[in-house]
Formats: sequence, C-alpha cells, structure tokens
Amino acid sequence: MSRRYDSRTTIFSPEGRLYQVEYAMEAIGNAGSAIGILSKDGVVLVGEKKVTSKLLQTSTSTEKMYKIDDHVACAVAGIMSDANILINTARVQAQRYTYAYQEPMPVEQLVQSLCDTKQGYTQFGGLRPFGVSFLFAGWDKNFGFQLYMSDPSGNYGGWKAAAIGANNQAAQSMLKQDYKDDITREEAVQLALKVLSKTMDSTSLTSDKLELAEVFSSPSGNVKYQVCSPETLTKLLVKFGVTQPAAEAT
Amino acid sequence: MECVFGLVGNGFTIVVADTSAVHSILVHKSNEDKIMKLDSHKFIAASGEPGDRVQFTEYIQKNVALYQFRNGIPLTTAAAANFMRGELATALRKNPYSVNVLLAGYDKETGPSLYYIDYIATLHKVDKGAFGYGAYFSLSMMDRHYHSGMSVDEAIDLVDKCIVEIKSRLVVAPPNFVIKIVDKDGAREYAWRESVKDAHAPPS
Repeated sequence: MSRRYDSRTTIFSPEGRLYQVEYAMEAIGNAGSAIGILSKDGVVLVGEKKVTSKLLQTSTSTEKMYKIDDHVACAVAGIMSDANILINTARVQAQRYTYAYQEPMPVEQLVQSLCDTKQGYTQFGGLRPFGVSFLFAGWDKNFGFQLYMSDPSGNYGGWKAAAIGANNQAAQSMLKQDYKDDITREEAVQLALKVLSKTMDSTSLTSDKLELAEVFSSPSGNVKYQVCSPETLTKLLVKFGVTQPAAEAT
Repeated sequence: MECVFGLVGNGFTIVVADTSAVHSILVHKSNEDKIMKLDSHKFIAASGEPGDRVQFTEYIQKNVALYQFRNGIPLTTAAAANFMRGELATALRKNPYSVNVLLAGYDKETGPSLYYIDYIATLHKVDKGAFGYGAYFSLSMMDRHYHSGMSVDEAIDLVDKCIVEIKSRLVVAPPNFVIKIVDKDGAREYAWRESVKDAHAPPS
C-alpha cells in the first residue's frame, strides 16, 4: 500500500486512487446506518441512532433526518459535524434557487449542486473531504418522488432503494432481494424496518434506537416531510414484528 | 418611438414589435427584429437602448439555454421571467440595463402566459401589456376590445387595430411591425405589417 500518497487529498496514488476519499468512506462504514426506499406514493427514510438516551429531546432534535426544503429531506451517515455544514450548504442552495426562479429547486439539481461542493474538497484547497454520505428524498414536478445517494467523493446516483453507513452492503443486498417496483409507502416502511432490524448490531429494536421519516403527498396535494413520533414508531415495530412487545422481554 | 405590445389568447400568446432601428433623426433600418426567441416556446419582445437590448436579451437567452443543457429540462415561463427580473434588479443599482421586456411563453402544464418586465425590474404577469409611446394607443385599444379566450383571428384583428392607431396617431410612428405567436406547437413568426420596404438601388 502506498501510504506515502495518502496524507494529501489532492493527489492520486500510483494505483490511481484517492486515499483520503476512501478513508472518508471508511469512517462512514462505522457510523449508524440509514436506509431509503422509493415507493409510488412517497419516499421512506429510516436511520439507526447511535446516541440513545432517555434524556434526548426527541421532539425537537433529530440525529439522522434533516429537512432541506419543503420538498426535500435527507438522512445522513458519518461525521455529524461535517454533515451539519453540508446540510446548511444544501439549504442555502435550495433557497438561492427559489429566490432566482420562484420555484422549488428540482431534487436532482440540488443533489448535483451539493455533490459539486463535495467534489471540490477532493481536488483543490488541500482540505480533507467530508466524512458524510447522504440519502436524499424529495419530490418535484418533473420526476415525482426520487431517492438519491451521495458519498464523500461527490458521486451520486438515483436509487429505488439504498443503504448507507454500517453494514450497508448486507442491507443493500437484502433490499435488492425484497424490493419490488410497485411497492406502496406502507410496504416500504415495513421493508425498511425489517432490513434495518436484520443489519443492526443490537438484539432488539426499540423506537429510541431508530428514526423514521417520510416524504409524501398530503391529501391536499402538497408535499410533506414528516418524522415519525416515537409512539407511532413503537406501534409500527410491534405491528411488523421486528421488536419484542414489552410483556415478552425478560 | 419604439412600440412593443402583446396579449394572451385561447392557448396562445401574441407579441408585436415595431422594426425600426433609430439613432437620433436617422432610421438605420426598418426591418430590425426586436423579438428574440428564448427557447422553443418563449419569446422576449424588448424595447430600449439598442446596445442594452441586444446585450441583455442575448445574455438571458444563453443562460436559459445553459440551464436546459445542464439540467435536461427547460425553464418554465414563470421561472424565466423571475430569473430575468432578478438580473435586472441586480444590475439596477450598479449598471442598469435600459431595457423593457415582454416575455411571452407557453407551458404544457399552465398554458400561455405574458410577463411585463420593465427596466427597473418590475414584474407583472398580465393578459395584455405594452411599452413605449405606442402603449398609450395600443393599451387603450386592447382595454376596449380585449376579452379572455380570444381566437387567433380575433387577436390578430385586435393587433391590426392597435397598429392602425399607432400609425395614425403617433407623431413619429414606426412604419413596419412584426407579429410573433407562441402556442403548444412552439414559438414562431406570424406575419409582418409593412408600409415601407427598403428601397433597392436601380441596376446600373
């Protein structure tokens, strides 16, 4: 391994690799996982929380899910402080677009714009890349509901179902097996919780270890981003059989 | 005196502009096209300082094209109008463009539309609008005869009425006009109304 070439982000190794970018992805591989699933009537994002405590103010703070604009939200995996910077950048880019065009920014353009920022940190400035991967969930009038995944290199892709963070390869292959194109939003929630429960390290799933958010159309026709409350999440976990009901736990 | 006006009909928008290029007392040419095609379904009819007019409209046209190349989808008429207004507003307190614009467009989802954007970045979505001294006459004529959902023939009839008013009542009235139309099939030239054709030198 050519360790001499990995301390500066802006140079290639002799094998043609960017080590700093790869190390950033390593960092994300140790972080809490997140799964996104695209359905006909919405996008589902589920995240594994690493910081669990009854003292956490769950109504006002989220660890994994963030709203970028009224029609776009994201799930993060990786270094949280890096994520905050990028989320703010994405929010500014979305508003700047709306300021110029008086229309919501198309989801892919937002993702592309943020990825262009990330790419800059792999080519110039001598600064390290961001240690964050994102799952973007959004809706626009051109392509309806969409799911995008992006990584520290600044690459992104549109996905029907995707996983980032710890055990993402196992999660991804499980998703590949069980995803079907005409999946409904409720089925997508079920699939996401099922896959996450299998790939998470902990023995039992409880609502304080997870975050669930959905981007969907409300009955009035507007796009809504909603984070599931812990109570509703507990009920869902029991309903889909991925957690032990309180009475059975010994 | 430059005359630009336009109106929205049933599934189409029409814009009309005079075609004189004037400098002081001299008419350089009387077939100058002041209605620029922005993309397949949009026109900008612009009046004002000739240098600024071309500079600004071409700048907008190229930015609209760039958006389409980058993103694979065209801008809506409303988005293009707001973008234009933003550019005029940004330049206003530094290096203003002396250009007034009527943006005519057709969107599949929302149908035909017309936007009035003046040189100090006022933006209005309108059914009929006009710039220049000719506006005194064309706007009054349209106020009298316009109704929503006009057919192409009715609209052209109204346009001709406006042109007659301008030619007969404006002291230095432009002799020639060009009429362009945007509808679901795209943006295209409809007709010219010419009183004066460029004279050719006799063969020697």
